Amino acid sequence: MPKITMIVNGQERSADIEARTLLSSFLREDLGLTGTHVGCDTSQCGACIVHIDGQAVKSCATLALQNEGREITTIEGLAKPDGTLHPMQTAFHENHGLQCGFCTPGMIMTATDMIKRYQASGAPLDEKAVRAELEGNLCRCTGYQNIVKAILDASTQMSA
Amino acid sequence: MYSFDYHQATSLADAVQKLSQDEEASLLAGGQTLIPTLKQRLAMPTMLVDISRIDDLDFIRLDADTLIIGAGTCHATVAASQTCLDHIPALADLASHIGDPAVRHRGTLGGSIANNDPSSDYPAAALALGATIVTTTRELAADEFFTGLFETALEPGEIVSELRFPKPSRAVYLKFPNPASRYAMVGVFIAQSSNGPRVAVTGASQEGVFRWTELETKLAQDWSTNALSGLSLKGDAMLSDLHGDGDYRAHLVTVMAKRALEALA
Repeated sequence: MPKITMIVNGQERSADIEARTLLSSFLREDLGLTGTHVGCDTSQCGACIVHIDGQAVKSCATLALQNEGREITTIEGLAKPDGTLHPMQTAFHENHGLQCGFCTPGMIMTATDMIKRYQASGAPLDEKAVRAELEGNLCRCTGYQNIVKAILDASTQMSA
Repeated sequence: MYSFDYHQATSLADAVQKLSQDEEASLLAGGQTLIPTLKQRLAMPTMLVDISRIDDLDFIRLDADTLIIGAGTCHATVAASQTCLDHIPALADLASHIGDPAVRHRGTLGGSIANNDPSSDYPAAALALGATIVTTTRELAADEFFTGLFETALEPGEIVSELRFPKPSRAVYLKFPNPASRYAMVGVFIAQSSNGPRVAVTGASQEGVFRWTELETKLAQDWSTNALSGLSLKGDAMLSDLHGDGDYRAHLVTVMAKRALEALA
């Protein structure tokens, strides 16, 4: 079996895997990082989104082997080592941005990528933009209202 | 997914060689269509030849009045490219509305046109702008490249390396996205250049992307929404599914063409 090595949440991780192993399976089954969720199996729901070299990508739509040597950040890698939550996690907490929580890891990874891109380009991130940017993340608890609120809240914290 | 071997190509020549050794091998670019297809077991390649890490496929540059984009350039890069925004803003706008942000970080121009999904956006741009498609063996006009539903003129083992888009004097792309999937129910790309108007329609026809030449002829005489009067498309040549029947799509093409012309006015 081919060997894969990548940097996951700052640590070098290696494993021997089948070529067909998806990045989402590698993270969950080989590394035990089950914070990355698999919601749909059709690459539509966005629950599996992680950052690959700083960009939001669906980990169920990329093979682990395609990411040799790359830096991966999962939901487990956002909080500080002492447990202090990332501002986006705090904003989801404070704004009740989740109900069942299944979509939350993908929502948060999408949202942090979104804010980073908007801050880099200088474009204003308003409610309409947030809703359009959430195109690839499905919440089945009808919780978008508070998710949008949380992201707008965090965007002010993250720019401060 | 069925089992397969994987090869990370270091160059196009390397990829061509791998493909030539195995008829059942498949190219992997951004994988945003291919990987979901494999997950559904709708394809069974023996090997995936990954061209996504060949650096010299990822570029955007202007050469005189032609915008040249590497086949491996992802949609997010095209959407954010100042060169593209300056010279063919309609193309950057189109790229910014493909799929969702995560898909745009991986999906590529070359993958999109080589797949030629009847609902994808880039084929309309290539056809309306009169792009040249450069492959590992030749150069093809967009008019010869797209040959039908999921069909192109590409030969086995031939790989798209770049697209050359002549800069239009003006252009616009408008799509009516399916409310659920967000794929184009109908997308209309209208471009004007010194060679006259060109109109390409995606999402609608059973034959895939096509040029609406009747509208082009009328636009050449009268560049306004008046050109649409008396024109219609046949519903029985259009895709028909639970989202909309052929007559609906045929009508929607004229509606989107009118809106596109209004946006350009």
